[in-house]
Amino acid sequence: MSADGRIFVKGNEAVSMGAIDAGLKGYFGYPITPQNEIPEFMSLHLPKAGGAFVQAESEMAAINMVLGAAATGARAMTSSSSPGVSLMQESFSYMAASETPCVVVNMMRGGPGLGDINTAQGDYFQATRGGGHGDYRTPVLAPSTCQEAYDLTREAFDIAFRFRTPVMILGDAILGQMKEPITRGEPRPADPAESADWGLSGAKGREQRVFRSLFLAEGLLTAVNQRLRAKFEAMSSLTRCESFMTDDAELVVVSFGSIARIVKSSIRKLRARGLKVGLLRPITLFPFPSEAIADLARQGKRLLTIEHNMGQMLDDVRLAVCGIADSAFHGTLSGTIPTPDEYEAAIEAALTGGSK
Amino acid sequence: MSETLAFTRTPSVAVTPTHYCPGCQHGVAHRMVAEYLDAEKLAEKTIMVTSIGCSVFLYNYLRFDSVEAPHGRAPATATGVKRVSPDKVVFTYQGDGDLASIGMAEIMHAANRGERITVVFVNNTVYGMTGGQMAPTTLVGQKTTTSPAGRCASTEGSPFRMAEIVAGLGGVAFSARVALNNVKHLAQARKAIRRAFEVQLAGQGMGFVELLATCPTNWKMTPVQANEHIEAAIIPTFPLGVFKDIAKNAGAC
Repeated sequence: MSADGRIFVKGNEAVSMGAIDAGLKGYFGYPITPQNEIPEFMSLHLPKAGGAFVQAESEMAAINMVLGAAATGARAMTSSSSPGVSLMQESFSYMAASETPCVVVNMMRGGPGLGDINTAQGDYFQATRGGGHGDYRTPVLAPSTCQEAYDLTREAFDIAFRFRTPVMILGDAILGQMKEPITRGEPRPADPAESADWGLSGAKGREQRVFRSLFLAEGLLTAVNQRLRAKFEAMSSLTRCESFMTDDAELVVVSFGSIARIVKSSIRKLRARGLKVGLLRPITLFPFPSEAIADLARQGKRLLTIEHNMGQMLDDVRLAVCGIADSAFHGTLSGTIPTPDEYEAAIEAALTGGSK
Repeated sequence: MSETLAFTRTPSVAVTPTHYCPGCQHGVAHRMVAEYLDAEKLAEKTIMVTSIGCSVFLYNYLRFDSVEAPHGRAPATATGVKRVSPDKVVFTYQGDGDLASIGMAEIMHAANRGERITVVFVNNTVYGMTGGQMAPTTLVGQKTTTSPAGRCASTEGSPFRMAEIVAGLGGVAFSARVALNNVKHLAQARKAIRRAFEVQLAGQGMGFVELLATCPTNWKMTPVQANEHIEAAIIPTFPLGVFKDIAKNAGAC
């Protein structure tokens, strides 16, 4: 630790520290590259902090251990990477339906299928559309730096408990594996009152509590889904994004996560050459900062969406500016690592050549 | 003239009609679990993990705190409950399709880790709720809607004997198979359920109890015939007994 309290850690370690400092009581996970530092960190440090660590036999077991722990009102989490997160989707649906709060980390790797172990952003659709079966949404936070990985993971638990919902931290191999200085906050003491009116603790002196997602009687499920829909709409209050050099920009790049940092480097270089370009970085992918993007379009700024996939967030950008404008797109495919030079060329082409 | 009360209601059993078919023994199994927990005054610290299948509405009939696990995952969910709430009494209630088919990995690993939970496993050799399809426990030769010619061992495998398999795993403190088809067997079942909870409470490991139960609807039998079928056809394949009891296994940790 440096004199100013900063420590030099990997993104995966920053996530782990954020969770423990948020009062984590149970971590359940299964190893998969590139996020293995999280279960490794948890196995060493969580028991010392008074929490429980279990290396599950599969991702399915891991997420259902989270379900059980979270239903008691404990702060619980798991982490994985793309193929492992696919295996967990069923339970995200169950937890969204039974209103069980938890945090899930996805450090994305290349896909589809087993793909590779290198970085990609191919799980945007899966993360923001619910992923599992049924009609539901979960908040998705996309950190861009190790400090943000720490801060957002910590905050994710507060959001999970406020809305009683699973919350996803969507990072990628770059974020998980890069090392940066971070500053930890004060550890949060466990709050016994946090789940007092809903957590399972044994029905002493009260009616039983039940976490369920089966509603068979006519109209019952409709009523549940209406209540859930109202909750998903209320999540719009969470919307957050970063604007970088957008005020006088003629073209604004929309990009998220670690890829947005590469874009930022490209924008700095283009600005040094006098080109008016900026960046809007969604920090919440659901809820999506549609209004902020629509505002840019209303001001006549052109848009370029840059992602490490074939164009997924592009759909949300286009929905945001529907009837006002369109967005150009530049994607880097899974299996290839983007460079600032590639993006510099793509942004310049979009600025000078118009929409592709 | 005073009346003698011959039967007292089990407080943790809700006063409500069940959705079970006539002759189904889920209700018997529910009550035996509740009777034990009430008698030991454990109801107020019990958390049950319900599963998929006919018993999915267990929380409507037993008044314990409950979390509903996805198909087969109850032992994992119970692991999560118990690891963060070690002072609670935790049990899963699972059918044969849930535990021995889709959930085979979860029960094996939870048992092997020695999770301090109790598993109540109801084996009626068939998928009940979905309409009588073949289960991992279906008898060789037994006709079901997906084994219409009778289960063939060479193509569909033989029934899993879960109580014996689980007994072979290091983390299990008690494993037994009992039946719910007659008074003598009910007394044995009551005893086995008790032991399956006692080992959890003593922190010795997993307690596992397999209950052979009827499914008159899908067996296409009357309740009486179904009880006789347990004796004549099922017990020969699934022998009753205690396959592991840590109190009687010196040297086990």
